[in-house]
Amino acid sequence: MSARDVHGVEPPWGDAFSVIGKPHRKVDGLAKATGQALYADDLSLPGMLHAKTLRSPHAHARIVSIDTSRAAALDGVHAVITGADLPTPYGVIPWTQDEHALALERVRFIGDEVAAVAAVDEETAEAALERIDVVYEPLHAFLDPHEAAERGEPAIHPERKKGNVSKHVELEFGNVEEALAEAEFVVEGDYFYHGTTHAPIEPHCALARYTADGLLTLWSSTQITHYVHRTLSAVLGLSPTRIRVVQPCLGGAFGGKSDPFSFELCAAKLAMITGRPVKLLWTREEVFYAHRGRHPMHMHYRAGADSDGRLRGVDARILIDGGAYSSFGLVTTYYSGQLLTGPYDFPAYRFDSTRVFTNKPPCGPKRGHGSVQPRFAFEVQLDELAQKVGLDPIEIRRGNFQGSDTSTVNGQRITSSGFAECLDAVEHASDWKARHGALPFGRGLGVAGSMYITGTNYPVYPNEMPQAGVQLKVDRSGLVTCFTGGNDIGQGSNSVVAYLVAEELGMDHRDVRVVAADTDLCPVDLGAYSSRVTFMVGNAAIDAARKLRRAIVGAVAEAWEVELERVRMIGGTVLDLGDAERALTTAEAFQLAEARLDTLGSTGSYNTPTLGGDYRGGTIGASPAYSFTAHVVEVAVDEETGRISVNDAWIAHDCGRALNPMLVAGQMEGSAYMGMAEALLEHHEVNRFGLHAGPSLLDYRIPTAVDTPELHALIVESLDPEGPYGAKEAGEGPLHPAIPAISNAVWDAVGIRLRHLPFTPAKVLAALSERTPRAAGSEV
Amino acid sequence: MRVVTLRINGDEREIAVRDHWTLLEALRYELGLTGSKQGCDKGDCGACTVLVDGEPTLACVTLAVLAEGREITTIEGLAPRHRASGGEGADPLQEAFDRCGALQCGFCQPGTLLSARALLDRTPRPDREAIRAALAGNLCRCTGYTQILEAIELAAGEAAGVEVPTPEWMADLRRAEGTSRP
Repeated sequence: MSARDVHGVEPPWGDAFSVIGKPHRKVDGLAKATGQALYADDLSLPGMLHAKTLRSPHAHARIVSIDTSRAAALDGVHAVITGADLPTPYGVIPWTQDEHALALERVRFIGDEVAAVAAVDEETAEAALERIDVVYEPLHAFLDPHEAAERGEPAIHPERKKGNVSKHVELEFGNVEEALAEAEFVVEGDYFYHGTTHAPIEPHCALARYTADGLLTLWSSTQITHYVHRTLSAVLGLSPTRIRVVQPCLGGAFGGKSDPFSFELCAAKLAMITGRPVKLLWTREEVFYAHRGRHPMHMHYRAGADSDGRLRGVDARILIDGGAYSSFGLVTTYYSGQLLTGPYDFPAYRFDSTRVFTNKPPCGPKRGHGSVQPRFAFEVQLDELAQKVGLDPIEIRRGNFQGSDTSTVNGQRITSSGFAECLDAVEHASDWKARHGALPFGRGLGVAGSMYITGTNYPVYPNEMPQAGVQLKVDRSGLVTCFTGGNDIGQGSNSVVAYLVAEELGMDHRDVRVVAADTDLCPVDLGAYSSRVTFMVGNAAIDAARKLRRAIVGAVAEAWEVELERVRMIGGTVLDLGDAERALTTAEAFQLAEARLDTLGSTGSYNTPTLGGDYRGGTIGASPAYSFTAHVVEVAVDEETGRISVNDAWIAHDCGRALNPMLVAGQMEGSAYMGMAEALLEHHEVNRFGLHAGPSLLDYRIPTAVDTPELHALIVESLDPEGPYGAKEAGEGPLHPAIPAISNAVWDAVGIRLRHLPFTPAKVLAALSERTPRAAGSEV
Repeated sequence: MRVVTLRINGDEREIAVRDHWTLLEALRYELGLTGSKQGCDKGDCGACTVLVDGEPTLACVTLAVLAEGREITTIEGLAPRHRASGGEGADPLQEAFDRCGALQCGFCQPGTLLSARALLDRTPRPDREAIRAALAGNLCRCTGYTQILEAIELAAGEAAGVEVPTPEWMADLRRAEGTSRP
């Protein structure tokens, strides 16, 4: 990390911000509101072909033979490809590249891609799929992760040497057994997270064009342009200099568009073979099978505390159901343990996490990657501990808060932390003190807290170049164009870049145009994952803007023959602080500087400091800053039907500084809604044949406006010393407490502990009928 | 194949469609009106919602031939309709969505906006419960609906000349004193 990476929390000019901190519109808001915004499937090119994918009907099978001749002979079919056409393995994590664009000799889940066809239209392509003859030899399918953990044959990935174990991590900090033996109170229990998926409303889509000069362009609904670029190059055997990847407007992702996918590689390959543009759009059913959603986890936790509720130690054993491929699973396995060590301090911690392969749609990163499941388990267990100790659930959290400017038991650096303020905010807003434990039977309040990363310190592939780069181009009209590799996936990162550059240059943010996520035009950014974009691209944007500002202020000061300190860029003008009569418009100042200096522009970048624990895996989970959240939810439990309804949720989130509070609130509300849906409605369920139980937006129950409770977003600002003006993430952290807060509220409402997700009416009714007489007696 | 004449956003358009083509296919692939989105293609998500004779209708489960002779409004038609009736810029509801942060990824919003427009055309001052009910067929995955509800309330309130309460995060943000809607 160099000086260029830290820019301070203060406004660049004087006491107050001009643009930052205000609820400005987004740069692309009206384009989206009017239907003008173009998403991948809105693009079409002359002569375009349509592609479709043949998928495996078996959960686990060896491919004996594939005959595509009947398909290729069909009128209107221009190309048919199979695994042999794209034999190079790939995968987002360089050490676990176990995927192929199309299956080579084995299929690993129902829905695994086997062949692809390009034809004049989708119907012809579908008809061609029917004419591809594949002979399979079915193999034993692993659908239960426990079986996969114990039994290595048949191996789902025979080339790997560890049976069906995808990744195993065991780390201990301090002496857990000693700590738990000394603890006054110990709680032990099993918790289960069931598996959910992202379900962005836009299905994945790519459009590929291969021109006569050997240039490949791929427009894709990806949230990481850079990794798609690298993967296309590796698998297609094309130099990256011959490939351009562009992300058009993106219709939601939530982690589900992070992996490089088969559809991107197949569209590209088919375009190269046919010489015609090829579009490949997934159906909604295909989106469900592609999955990469949140891993099911079987979790066993033990936590011990002193008589005053101070945590002594935490011990976790986690079995992770990975599905058919590695995806980000190496990171998931680490995150399942590494991200639990805040906002509470505990001197001893151990986790033993095992990710196994199963013959199900592959799991991957979903909003709150790897840490939502353990957070659910731990925050419920913390309530159980509070109950044993005899403490208020908010008080036990307050008492164990680790504070700011500290380090965690696993060696992660914590800088800013507004967790205590988050607890205060939800306690106050929900009227907790008067109402917790005091509502009539069937209604209750629950609390939970959490911590999440703001970007990861280490890039997915090791390199020493910046994580984020930004380039600014100045036009004589007064326009500044900002080029960034960052992916705006709806969270508003392009808008944030415009606000930051405008603030630094004292301009109207509508005079900053942002061009993003185009590998030909934009400097590399590592993409929209791990909640890194605002922090990293934001810092890079400030860096670039400050360099540009220095040049312009220098040129103006020289022309006016005054000290640099007298020249201020503010409010769309350049002022002389020593002479109220003297001022230039921004455009005039640009022209003056261009005449005196050169064609104007600048670059900026951001890289992370060296962080992390001094042990194998100690860098995974290291982040330049952590965000903190607390939720209180109010539930009503219907004793007759077992139905839980959430009426209100108070969400307090420490985002460092809210660069645009309206966008921060939107992230908090969207996160809380998604977490609640995971607790109560959604279930990515695979049946005993390996078939998805309901791959549609009707069967997979996303909450409607009617199902969603009143969400109260309470923004807490801790001003992070390294964030852009102090900002941290807001897009993933606020999801975490939603699930345990509901379980804890159900305890307050009806005295049952829900430890197994999802919290269905059947589970509630079963638990109600098994309630201990004491709990039942306390109801009246 | 048959030739149909569709009246879309005030224009008569004569196009050839296959008998089984949906209105969504005709709009997106024949007429270049890509503002209507395909999220599921089976009537589950509502992203394809258009107005047919003023009623929110799922274009992905409506045959194109059955839309003949009806008045169809797509998202592309809202702002021109507003301007034709003497307004400026986009439809106030579209502006309100932008002003309230209701447009995150934006993919569901053409459908949501048209459902909301139909609601306000029918019921100028709906309460929150009525708004939720009117949007029940439009899935949004980004917002948790809150800023959408606020946007519709803002547009309805401003049209009626009534002051609309500011959202909680704005009221709560001490440092944002003096902050108002963009």
